[in-house]
Amino acid sequence: MSPILIAEQVLNGLQFGVMLFLMAAGLTLIFGVMGLINLAHGSLYMIGAFAAAAVAGATGSFLLALGAALVAAALAGAIVELVVIRRLYDKDHLDQVLATFALILIFSEGTRWLFGSFPLYLDIPDWLSGPVTLPGGIQYPLYRLALICVGLLVALGLWLLITRTRVGIRIRAGENDREMIAALGVDIGKLYTLVFALGAGLAGLAGALVGAIQSVQVGMGEPVLILAFVVIVIGGIGSIKGALVGALLVGLTDTLGGIFLPELFKLFTDDAAGATATGSAFASMAIYILMAAVLVWRPTGLYGAKA
Amino acid sequence: MNMKTLLAAAGLAALTAAGAEAQVKVGMITTLSGGGASLGIDTRDGFMLAIEMAGRDDIEVIVEDDQRKPDVAVQLSDKMIQSDQVDVLTGIVWSNLAMAVVPSATAQGLFYLSTNAAPAQLAGPGCHPSYFSVSYQNDNLHEAAGAHATNAGYENTFILAPNYPAGHDSLNGFKRFYEGGLAGEIYTELGQTDYAAELAQIRASGADSIFFFLPGGMGISFLKQYADSGIDLPVVGPAFSFDQGILQAVGEAALGVNNTSTWSKDLDNAANAAFVEAFQETYDRLPSIYAAQGYDTANLLLSAMDKADIDDTEAFRAALGEADFDSVRGGFGFASNNHPVQDIYVREVIKEGDIFTNKIVGIAMEDRANAYTEECSM
Repeated sequence: MSPILIAEQVLNGLQFGVMLFLMAAGLTLIFGVMGLINLAHGSLYMIGAFAAAAVAGATGSFLLALGAALVAAALAGAIVELVVIRRLYDKDHLDQVLATFALILIFSEGTRWLFGSFPLYLDIPDWLSGPVTLPGGIQYPLYRLALICVGLLVALGLWLLITRTRVGIRIRAGENDREMIAALGVDIGKLYTLVFALGAGLAGLAGALVGAIQSVQVGMGEPVLILAFVVIVIGGIGSIKGALVGALLVGLTDTLGGIFLPELFKLFTDDAAGATATGSAFASMAIYILMAAVLVWRPTGLYGAKA
Repeated sequence: MNMKTLLAAAGLAALTAAGAEAQVKVGMITTLSGGGASLGIDTRDGFMLAIEMAGRDDIEVIVEDDQRKPDVAVQLSDKMIQSDQVDVLTGIVWSNLAMAVVPSATAQGLFYLSTNAAPAQLAGPGCHPSYFSVSYQNDNLHEAAGAHATNAGYENTFILAPNYPAGHDSLNGFKRFYEGGLAGEIYTELGQTDYAAELAQIRASGADSIFFFLPGGMGISFLKQYADSGIDLPVVGPAFSFDQGILQAVGEAALGVNNTSTWSKDLDNAANAAFVEAFQETYDRLPSIYAAQGYDTANLLLSAMDKADIDDTEAFRAALGEADFDSVRGGFGFASNNHPVQDIYVREVIKEGDIFTNKIVGIAMEDRANAYTEECSM
């Protein structure tokens, strides 16, 4: 196992992590501020990818496609919040799960109705395609490097928004005590719609960015949603910082575990095929083992509020 | 009250009328919603096209969506067997669903004609005289890929497949006819969409070629990421990742890739030419291998209906076993375990105008049956 391979895998883990962060940030904000479990977050990711594929197909511009993904997902998020989610805030978590699960089905079948069952085409633009050679002789796809940069920039932007702006102050206040900020005259309804649209927009952006190197198809959001939940549980629910650290941890664990665990098992047995199969099985469990370990150590997550 | 009786009588009359017309009732359980829907839709469309082209009205087809869930498929088969009283079941795309439905259906005296899924269990010890696979045996395309890799002189192939039963069958099938060495062998997660880690391993392994089995969206992701990784090795795979339905989503990344298939739209025989033309005309898209298999299955069933009465189980089995129909795959017959004997071709992905599609470039295996005939005793 050469150092170049390890460095490349660390970059892969980082890239996976920052994309998870885009999903998890919205999820954790929505849960932190409104106390709402939103299973339909994966559908917003899918909407972003489909909007991007449609616009890229029509105009040929990748940047326009990204913009469209952001706007379409944020818009869908705002509409969903106004029409459905608004009625769920004072309901039980089980009701929220039921209603947002129904939204998944509606969005999935609606997307199929509009776009058909066949996967759509969305590709990396020419100016971002192909590998670049990094110092140390590592060949790495330029697009994935760009993903890492975009993810970190969004994280920085969110941090500035939350800590440096008036909206951010209100969001933090809403997390701590929503009755109190409503009593202070802040239009809590508008704030909720805004937070929901922001979270949705980030999910849509992630869908479009990832859709370019994966397949744009109905149901693409749900596997990512599960990982995003793992991330926010590890990071501590409601914490943006926790979402970032949790996402990077999950990304690195998943990527590095997938390579090193089979190698590790090979050290203990002569049966290479058996070791590969066992190692792969353990690798797919790695992030859940990580989550369990974090929860044992810190029951509210790494940066969660003390219960 | 009068009105009710009248309606009931009318309903009964309608029922008996339908019963008198349709001699054979077919239950099609296939995937029409969710991620794998395009496969089931093609299967259904191919099957229905054959019946429509034959102009038959003595066959009735009930189509239901299994949502790619084994429990739903089992419920549907129970409903079709008990309340719809079908004679034949067909249409299942996925092997895990087939395993949940086929053994109990054949045990209850029904015929099952497989349009796609054909797991090893049903070809070996679990074979049944009323179960026919019209598609292939699951290992076939992977075996052909191994044979092709050997013919092409590859000596250090990197192989990968998802970590589930069909993935294990795939790599074992490949290795059965591949004579070179392995640069690496990995099982990925089922449903995985990011292959950066695997691509890095391939780059570091010094492989001279790659074999992969990643059906559906997994294959799209892999090929796009492979094209962007800067690795430039020959790639071989079974037809599933290069099918008409997903090639457009893969785009340029698939160009030039070799894949093994039992069918291709440019296969030169009259049945295939008629099928491709009629499919395009009816559905306004190019057919896929799933559509071709659905079409052949319906034609096999119709050919048996001409020879025997479905209530005479022995005679109908024999009629099916003769495979007396014009397959779009050219030569077609059944091995002793009711799985096809057929040629398996090597195709290459090309671009025709704006459409990505496949053309045949060679034959990987001639008159291939399967590895399980010995294990089947019936």
